Amino acid sequence: MQLALRNVTKRFGSLVANDRISLTVDSGEIHCLLGENGAGKSTLMNVLYGLYQADEGEIVLDGEVQHFAGPGDAMAAGIGMVHQHFMLIPVFTVAENVMLGHEETGFAGSLDLEAARAKVREISARFGFHVDPDAVVEDLPVGVQQRVEIIKALSRDAKVLVFDEPTAVLTPQETDELMQIMRQLRESGTAIVFITHKLREVREVADRITVIRLGKVVGEAEPTASNAELAALMVGRPVELTVRKDTPKLGDEALVVSGLTVTDKDGLVHLNDLSFSIRAGEVLAVAGVQGNGQTELTEALVGLQDHVHGSIRLDGRELVGRSVRQVLEAGVGFIPEDRQVDGLVGAFSIAENLMLDRSFSAPFVRGGSLQLRERDEFARQKLAEYDVRAPGITTPVERLSGGNQQKVVVARELSRDLRLLVAAQPTRGVDVGSIEFIHQQIVATRDAGVPVLVVSTELDEVVALADRIMVLYRGRIVGIVPADTPREVLGLMMTGERPAGAVA
Amino acid sequence: MSNPDNPQPAPEAQGSPPPEVEEAPHRPDEDDRANGPWHHVLRSITTGNAAVGVLSVFLAVLVGSVLILATNEEVRASAQYLFARPGDFFTAAWEAISGAYGALFRGSIYNTRVDDFQTAIRPLTETLKFAGPLIAAGLGVGLAFRAGLFNIGGRGQMLIGGAFAGWVAINANLPFPLLLIVSILAGMVAAGLWAGIAGVLKARTGAHEVIVTIMLNYVGYYLVLYALSTQGLLQAPNTINPQSQPIPDEGQLPKLLGDRFNLHLGFVLALVAVVVVWWLLNRSSLGYRFRAVGENPHAARTAGINVGRTYVLAMLIAGSLVGLAAGNQVLGTVTSGVNSGLDAGIGFDAITVALLGRSSPLGILGAGLLFGAFKAGGFSMQASQGIPVDIVLVIQSLIVLFIAAPPLVRAIFRLPAKEAS
Repeated sequence: MQLALRNVTKRFGSLVANDRISLTVDSGEIHCLLGENGAGKSTLMNVLYGLYQADEGEIVLDGEVQHFAGPGDAMAAGIGMVHQHFMLIPVFTVAENVMLGHEETGFAGSLDLEAARAKVREISARFGFHVDPDAVVEDLPVGVQQRVEIIKALSRDAKVLVFDEPTAVLTPQETDELMQIMRQLRESGTAIVFITHKLREVREVADRITVIRLGKVVGEAEPTASNAELAALMVGRPVELTVRKDTPKLGDEALVVSGLTVTDKDGLVHLNDLSFSIRAGEVLAVAGVQGNGQTELTEALVGLQDHVHGSIRLDGRELVGRSVRQVLEAGVGFIPEDRQVDGLVGAFSIAENLMLDRSFSAPFVRGGSLQLRERDEFARQKLAEYDVRAPGITTPVERLSGGNQQKVVVARELSRDLRLLVAAQPTRGVDVGSIEFIHQQIVATRDAGVPVLVVSTELDEVVALADRIMVLYRGRIVGIVPADTPREVLGLMMTGERPAGAVA
Repeated sequence: MSNPDNPQPAPEAQGSPPPEVEEAPHRPDEDDRANGPWHHVLRSITTGNAAVGVLSVFLAVLVGSVLILATNEEVRASAQYLFARPGDFFTAAWEAISGAYGALFRGSIYNTRVDDFQTAIRPLTETLKFAGPLIAAGLGVGLAFRAGLFNIGGRGQMLIGGAFAGWVAINANLPFPLLLIVSILAGMVAAGLWAGIAGVLKARTGAHEVIVTIMLNYVGYYLVLYALSTQGLLQAPNTINPQSQPIPDEGQLPKLLGDRFNLHLGFVLALVAVVVVWWLLNRSSLGYRFRAVGENPHAARTAGINVGRTYVLAMLIAGSLVGLAAGNQVLGTVTSGVNSGLDAGIGFDAITVALLGRSSPLGILGAGLLFGAFKAGGFSMQASQGIPVDIVLVIQSLIVLFIAAPPLVRAIFRLPAKEAS
């Protein structure tokens, strides 16, 4: 089977999300669609899946022009999709999820669960998935849930499988397993479209690579292309992929955490007896799969957690028990992991957001009155300094792209006199160009002698920034290891195994 | 799009299907935290664009016209022989509608049917008199909106504030300007503290302010009723009616234009409140924090703002503004004494005024004047045209309905959908 998109154009108002995009995928081939966040990859796939109607162009399957009115038509034609956010019902079993939408029914509408179970077992066996049809989906690890999505697509005889950013939620091991599965599917004759912005994955499995930028195909590349070449195509200019940094000039131990335990209001333990320290001028990067206590750790450091035991000392001063404002005023800069929820007020202008954690005193407030001139001057200066692409300082931040929003947060936090920087997922959902910039800023902060704690679920980022790496698993420290620890070892540690030689 | 070099395919303003958002993985609970349905509704109702407000009024007037036609005897009679003599019907319809809205105009702005200017302009002063407390109370509700709080407790705050203002005015033996000032302040403080209860409960326990303020309306009403029925509290001596003594002259808001007009200083105080609230919201650090908490309490908390304290302060100030409206009523408009009807529906109308004014001080000023005009003109509509005053109230209610359902108005006028947040 051959899938071809011919000159697909999709507009939203005046914005062209896809501009005459053409690409073909053949059976037994993995075609990678590479592009930055917002390049138009998902729009294209939603057109293919019948969720959007193309304004121009056509979708051709084996020489026949298709007209998909909705996902149902696309599925019937043999197109399956594994979404970034799983389309599974958490409380249903695997078999129930797989049959959903295509239920085989017996007398008086009774469900034929056995047929669904058999199908799950059959596909499972064919690809070595090890998925129990009667397991409840919400109890399964994320990687297995993704396999359920794959089984679901295959159970409808999908000949073309679209993977939309499938590795965003996976551990390195699960990612490797997914790559293996994709190769198996390719051997069995499935055509695969693999959407991603991660270069390493592309080079690992792709047979062909199409790079999209600003809604247009900007080039095709061979899997043998180097990361730098791919990144340059994606961004449109040469990009520095590795963070340039000198050996750290270490000072005294500035942040000393000992016996830190964080529970929620129900007494559930999220962080269990953490002890570590960061020296002035050092970056400690926290690695781990999402949900292993990273959020609680950063929030506890800033005073956002309510049930904290143990001690957090910054330059000898105890931070546990202080209010958020006191912690911030003690010189802690905080880049929260979700800028839209915790970092910014979307409806506020850039200038207003830049004073969000300084609304109590000079320079932006005097005698209870806002100092608009100082604030706007500051905002204009930061806009230029941090290269925030926006029409002006009065633009509401919700109108900015993710990268520019994050630059506003970074600008705000780094423009105070810092004694500690806590950066949680500093570049999540941020374009490659902005990532480069934000990383440089973090390194510059370190070089200014500030201790930095970076939390990231992206191993690349951890390795790039870290002077030391601390791996968290289920709220405990698995180990604190040097920055040059091999990826495989780190991956293993992220599953909770402590390799020989790692220092706790 | 804001970024010419890197336009994301997220043209939210253009409407129709929301395009991809190629975001890194979200935790599923994030959306609930940031934009819980309740928060989103609050935001879209309180900050809809000005066009929707104007169009809502227009639609309401249109539907009101239909109701006027339907309730008018002559129009109904002529409709029965519509096809025989359509002219009759249209004449009757025109007369009914133009008569009704003409009466509204004459009753609220300028009475064209009298020669004497002082009499002719009287309706306008009546409009301003009615607008005063509506503006003040509307500011109270609107300010709370901006801090993310639905203050439904205007009625209870009016009653408590009015009772205290009246009690002080009657019992404190002070000379003229002093008694007035002390009485007004007493009303503002009492109403502020009353509203503050809801703020404290929300900050400390998370109790929803909508529930608390609604229930405090009842508590306040029966407390005031009790005070009004108890000798030694508010009840006038030697009477069994739930009514206080009249307000002494020293405690009354002076008339602005002499005794021929009812307009009193309360309207000026409301204007001052507009300016103060404008400054507070747009130029003060406290107001900045109110807005930050109202728009995104998570980000505010992360930035070191004490969200609970902000809620309490917002309710204190909101309540005191409603208390100013109560003083307006008790010390200015109805000086015959405190009674349990002193609220006169203003506590709830204030919600409408704040919604119509999109929670901005200047918008509330405009909306308060419009509703003051409705109040003043409603009587003359009824008196001169025999239109039930209820129709005026229906128009007011329809305005609220249209404002509270922006998608409806947008759909009717085919306005572009508001961008998703």
